[in-house]
Amino acid sequence: MNIFVLMKRTFDTEEKIVINNGAVSEDGAEFIINPYDEYAIEEAIQVRDKHGGEITVVTVGNEEAEKELRTALAMGCDKAVLINIEDDVEESDQYTTAKILAEYLKDKNPDLILAGNVAIDGGSGQVGPRVAELLGIPYVTTITKLDIDGSKVTVVRDVEGDEEIIETSLPLLVTAQQGLNEPRYPSLPGIMKAKKKPLEELELDDLDLEEDDVEAKTKTIEIFLPPKKEAGKILQGELVDQVKELVSLLHTEAKVV
Amino acid sequence: MARKVITLAEVRDGSLRNVSFEAIAAAKTIAEGGEVVAVLVGESVQAYANELIYYGADRVVVVENEKLKNYTSDGFSQALMAVIDAEKPEGIVFGHTALGKDLSPKIATKLNSGLISDVINVEEAGGNLVFTRPIYSGKAFEKKITTDERIFVTVRPNNIPALERDESRTGNISNLSVDIKDLRTIVKEIVRKTVEGVDLSEAKVIIAGGRGVKSEEGFEPLKELANVLGGAVGASRGACDAGYCDYSLQIGQTGKVVTPDLYIACGISGAIQHLAGMSNSKVIVAINKDPEANIFKVADYGIVGDLFEVVPLLTEEFKKLKVHS
Repeated sequence: MNIFVLMKRTFDTEEKIVINNGAVSEDGAEFIINPYDEYAIEEAIQVRDKHGGEITVVTVGNEEAEKELRTALAMGCDKAVLINIEDDVEESDQYTTAKILAEYLKDKNPDLILAGNVAIDGGSGQVGPRVAELLGIPYVTTITKLDIDGSKVTVVRDVEGDEEIIETSLPLLVTAQQGLNEPRYPSLPGIMKAKKKPLEELELDDLDLEEDDVEAKTKTIEIFLPPKKEAGKILQGELVDQVKELVSLLHTEAKVV
Repeated sequence: MARKVITLAEVRDGSLRNVSFEAIAAAKTIAEGGEVVAVLVGESVQAYANELIYYGADRVVVVENEKLKNYTSDGFSQALMAVIDAEKPEGIVFGHTALGKDLSPKIATKLNSGLISDVINVEEAGGNLVFTRPIYSGKAFEKKITTDERIFVTVRPNNIPALERDESRTGNISNLSVDIKDLRTIVKEIVRKTVEGVDLSEAKVIIAGGRGVKSEEGFEPLKELANVLGGAVGASRGACDAGYCDYSLQIGQTGKVVTPDLYIACGISGAIQHLAGMSNSKVIVAINKDPEANIFKVADYGIVGDLFEVVPLLTEEFKKLKVHS
């Protein structure tokens, strides 16, 4: 089976956000594989181990993403592709990323493409479905279970807490929801092997794309932090009285009940 | 510039979701005096059309087809594309719901259009329509504009106030017949797991439990409190990882980002990842045994104590309040 994983490098969830000159500062920040993409990678590995084939993990970004690609290889992916847009693209959005990924994938004959259902930084959840649509293949988002039997696929999809059991077929793109699996940590032999696995670097030129072809359709004009919360009120006294006071405060002061 | 804007209305459990009305309000701002057309898609949905007019839609287009009984991206995109072909809207607004998130990127791609997802505010500023949305799960926000002809956004539930319901409003309701074919995904079964029926993303009140809840049964008092307040139950990653509840209840940077009017955190320490998912709630109450718990830093009101003592007392007090008011 020819399997592809779409991966994004994101800020570690532990990071606080600092804004410098109107942009989110990356100084000293730790980066990780987007947590939802980790589920996608793990699922890809399980599918390959069961059905055979090869996994290529692909990312659009800059050379810094090599580290996360190596991590994906250490987990068990077979090949990695970095589409480096740093020198070519000034402003990008989900339209840009999807267009580039689809251009890369269009002649690769993928059977299965996996991605996270959302990236924890931008949080739009657009790229997966956009890529599927550009490739003309079906997709199912926020999946928690994937069963493949020949070309027949049964998927469980999380829909705001309820589950849909969906039947579809390969080729297919799915996006991973939490609960799909428990991503493995790279093993030491895995890390050693990863160093020798192929990591290909491409630029827009290699995909016959011009910057104009992938020009963003939206533009960020400002980034700001939420207003600082003032210290709240810790209630005092007997527990029973505290509870009475709280209910009264919520009713009369905060007016939320 | 007056624009024609279409909105997609959503029916769940036999009623229109609130976010459908909020989408109409957002569409009004985007339309800048132009027409707002609400779209209803399903097997039998005509009956909901008037309600959309009462909430501000100028017209309603209904697409009914037995193949649209369950949502599929193929089926609904065919219905929507037919409406878009007929109406030629300059703006499109969906709810940022499971359906909206799944469908909007497909439609945007078909239209070769941009898409601003998860919008919490729309305003006109300096000749532009400016859309605010959270990034890093609410640790920061960005303001975006479209550089495209068409404006396409999804709006997060609970953030843009719906217009006042006005039963005296009237508007045309029309049907569009669409041939739905070649569905590549088939919904075999829908398993209901949300028993209480209040969806986390739309809930006005959320009672959330953390590791301090200690077990699956430990969520019972939280559920009772949620029932009294008509709210939903949520959880921290700690509680989910410990197996006390389903991952679908998880609130945080992984999991759901919520902005209810009232968030009551019970036995939640307040890791930065959890705070990202709930700290933009209007009012936060923290109940925790540990006075040093991080959650108190974002709480408007805090009670230092055992949640198993405090929560049942709260439930009783709220019951009394409901009786009196």
